[in-house]
Amino acid sequence: MLRVRDLSVSFATRQGLVRAVDGLNLDVGSREVVGIVGESGSGKSVAMYSLLGLVRDANASITGSVAFEGREILGLSDKAMQPLRGGQIGMIFQDPMTALTPVFTVGWQIVEQIRQHTDMTKAQAKDRAVELLAEVGIPDARRRVDSFPHEFSGGMRQRVVIAMALSCNPRLLIADEPTTALDVTTQAQILELMGRLRDTHGSSIVIITHDMGVIAEMADRVTVMYAGRPVESGPEVDVVRSPRHPYTWGLLGAVPRLGQRSERLATIPGNVMSPLDVPEGCAFAPRCDYAMAACARRPLMIGGTHEHACWLSDDQRVAIRSNTKVPS
Amino acid sequence: MLTFVLRRLVSAVLVMFSISVMVFLIFFATPGVNPAARLAGRSASPQVLAQVSAEFGLNRPLPVRYGLMMWHLFVKQDLTSYVNIGVRVIPQITGAAPVTLSLVLGAAIIWLIVGVLGGLVAAANRGRWIDPLIMFGGIAAVSIPVFWLGQVVGLLTQTKFHSVFRWLPGSGYVSFSQSPGQWALHLLLPWLTLATLYAGVYARVLRAELVNAMNEDYVRTARAKGLSERRILMRHALRCSLISVVSLFGLDFGSLVGGAALLTEVVFGLPGIGMLTDTSLQNLDLPVIMATVMYGAFFIVVASAVVDVLYAVLDPRVRVVK
Amino acid sequence: MASSTTTTGTLTTAKGSESPWRSSLRQLRRNRAAMMALGLLMFMVIASLLAPVYAHLVAHVNPFPANVEGTIDLGGKSVPVLQPSSAGFGVTPIGPTWHFATYFLGADPQGRDVFARLLYGGRISLLISFSSALICCVIAAVLGMAGGYFGGAIDWVVSRIFDIVWAFPVYLLAICLSVILLTSGLNVGFIHIAPGSLLLPILIIASVYIPYVGRPVRGIVMTLREREFIQAAVGSGASDWRILRKEIWPNVAPTIMVFFPMMVAFDMLTESALSFLGVGVQPPNATWGTISNDGLQLLYTRPWVSIAPGICIVLTCAALNVLGDGARDAFDPKAKLRGGA
Repeated sequence: MLRVRDLSVSFATRQGLVRAVDGLNLDVGSREVVGIVGESGSGKSVAMYSLLGLVRDANASITGSVAFEGREILGLSDKAMQPLRGGQIGMIFQDPMTALTPVFTVGWQIVEQIRQHTDMTKAQAKDRAVELLAEVGIPDARRRVDSFPHEFSGGMRQRVVIAMALSCNPRLLIADEPTTALDVTTQAQILELMGRLRDTHGSSIVIITHDMGVIAEMADRVTVMYAGRPVESGPEVDVVRSPRHPYTWGLLGAVPRLGQRSERLATIPGNVMSPLDVPEGCAFAPRCDYAMAACARRPLMIGGTHEHACWLSDDQRVAIRSNTKVPS
Repeated sequence: MLTFVLRRLVSAVLVMFSISVMVFLIFFATPGVNPAARLAGRSASPQVLAQVSAEFGLNRPLPVRYGLMMWHLFVKQDLTSYVNIGVRVIPQITGAAPVTLSLVLGAAIIWLIVGVLGGLVAAANRGRWIDPLIMFGGIAAVSIPVFWLGQVVGLLTQTKFHSVFRWLPGSGYVSFSQSPGQWALHLLLPWLTLATLYAGVYARVLRAELVNAMNEDYVRTARAKGLSERRILMRHALRCSLISVVSLFGLDFGSLVGGAALLTEVVFGLPGIGMLTDTSLQNLDLPVIMATVMYGAFFIVVASAVVDVLYAVLDPRVRVVK
Repeated sequence: MASSTTTTGTLTTAKGSESPWRSSLRQLRRNRAAMMALGLLMFMVIASLLAPVYAHLVAHVNPFPANVEGTIDLGGKSVPVLQPSSAGFGVTPIGPTWHFATYFLGADPQGRDVFARLLYGGRISLLISFSSALICCVIAAVLGMAGGYFGGAIDWVVSRIFDIVWAFPVYLLAICLSVILLTSGLNVGFIHIAPGSLLLPILIIASVYIPYVGRPVRGIVMTLREREFIQAAVGSGASDWRILRKEIWPNVAPTIMVFFPMMVAFDMLTESALSFLGVGVQPPNATWGTISNDGLQLLYTRPWVSIAPGICIVLTCAALNVLGDGARDAFDPKAKLRGGA
């Protein structure tokens, strides 16, 4: 349904060209949950914003191809995009506290979206809004539909945002770190809600996160990004159980043993580098324990359904995993 | 709610009381300043001075004098002027108030329309040529001294372009009841002059607020909902930006009605509160000064309270009582 | 609660970190409009400073004493500066000669060279505006920081001062004070200021705007006080003075930097308004406002006497406003400032 090829987003800044996204490929099928994972600064949010044309910076240049249901949507005018935004593709943003306009009731805002894309009357739309709020678990929905955003807690507000995004039954839902600003209990509830809604509404979901735990729980397939570049991509089970890229190893906690799945997050030494300092070769090389001479050249994504972008050979990987001497 | 109103009331009264005391002290108790000398004139002889002192009760203790003045002003309402002996102060104020009100209301309508439109157009077209043009106009408008603008406008209409503007009167005021047409005609230039400064201010403020609002998260959400840029600007961003514009307007309107438009009134010869204030100050006519200051302060205090209420009406977030 | 960022991560530039002041200044320098405005301002200042040079060396006039009998040399002919009026009575000063060295803009009602007076007047106007803005910003910063940081009784007093001063309509308070102080000067304790001193308008104009700058400063400090890094500093035993100097002041300074040019513009407009009303600067001192006022009687016959000082004020204030906008963009992009007087 969604086919992204070689998506690149660059910003012209005073200090030079910043490649926020560099060659991302993504495929989302019907009813699939695809995860995009990486640290902050990896370009995952920018990539998704550019899908919907939400990158408004005049210094941005976006190249590549984004095909939604067979139709190329990258570079379309605002007017052409409007039916898609909110209608066919819904988006949930990271911070529920600031995502809603503070001066209008939540009901008004949901109704606004519904009436933008359908022919419902105000009354019909309002009823639908109440339905949606109830569906996402807001108690006393009929009364709370007339409440203002600040009258809801963070978790509740995120539910409202989800309700609003789903209001027109979008085929695709993009969720940008939907649980990052919430506490762990609420996080679990929201994820569970999203899973349920995927079943009832039949939409596909792209979920952006830095938390591998969320991926493990929700995603069918996952793409790992680092410094704007995809470094590993494949079915969630494969990537999590047998990760191939050293960065993924870091995200998953340790050099994984065969068949073992780590659940704790350990820290990867070093910091995410400034987008200006991305080296010519492999972006992760400066922080990688296994960097070699070959890493001076940028690795491309290789390997069938489970791709990775790393010069390590399979033999070397096996050796690392079983802790024997690594053949060079 | 009741406690809120009561607290505001008490604080308002306190503020006005303090102002009246301050004004009183400024005129009667500044060290090295002799009130009698000022009232009698600079070169008065000692006998005249003594006479003036006795006449105006200046030899009585300060609190007594203050109390008496306040009593006459507010309770008995028969306070009389020092300069125009026997003329009551309150009728002077009530006579001047409609003039100022006419001036300010008309100017307010003009500056609100021009300012808001200017700010909207500039924000909607930010980056394109019309944006800096409007903003430059705004800067020019706030840099022009009001009295100078009045002079230049008067100059142009009365001399150079007199043939075109023959129908425009030079100065003065005609009351509405006398002749609505003349009333409007006499106020036309003053309206435009006063409105210029404020239109510039409001256009700049609104544009800045709108541009800020358009960078907020909720605008990004609105875009992701599929709304048109125009709707986002006019419904979401504008509604949020209006909050500060409205509160600014409340304060400006209050202070203008209270006499802050005095420059415009003096330049165009309009006998409003502002002109009354200026004349009384120049003549050291203390009772009139006191009355006009109280009048002005009252409006500022009231406007401030109204603005607080308006804030709660416009911004739901503020309604949560702490 | 998981941490969240949507930014592009920590920026550690290879060049090493640049102090926020430096980068703000650099950003200001790139702002072409602001730099042009700064250029115009400097031109005004230098021109005014060169007033004596012009008066003595170029035009050979003394623009201060009345020059009713004077004559000037126009193209070889000797022309009196005050000429019989065409209306049949009284005298009219000559109009602009448009010769740079001689009565460029004509004469004022007392036969003095308007252009030379304009230059001298600029000195006083600029002096008063800058000084009062400076004093205002300093006092407002001190009061705002004291009230916002210490809270309690100090804050109560500071807030009441702001409330009361601000409750007066600005011009009213200024006129009030001027009327009183200008006749007899200020004699309080050890402070003796003569009636004709320029310090009086400076102080008066500075005082009426103190709440305008002080309230936002107080607001900023109050918000800062609740932030973690202040509490951390307090917890680590830093003295109040140290906290104020190292933590509070650097956050207040950008706001002051932005307010300052705008206050100079406000003060210039206020001073000219006061002079127009006759309660500003007193003769023999002249400012653009007083010159404009003097020329009022000639408005329809010799408009330049009144119009020229006004143009100077407009240009200077516009430049200051543009500079102020640039300063705001560079130092304090989140600032919400109000305009108007």
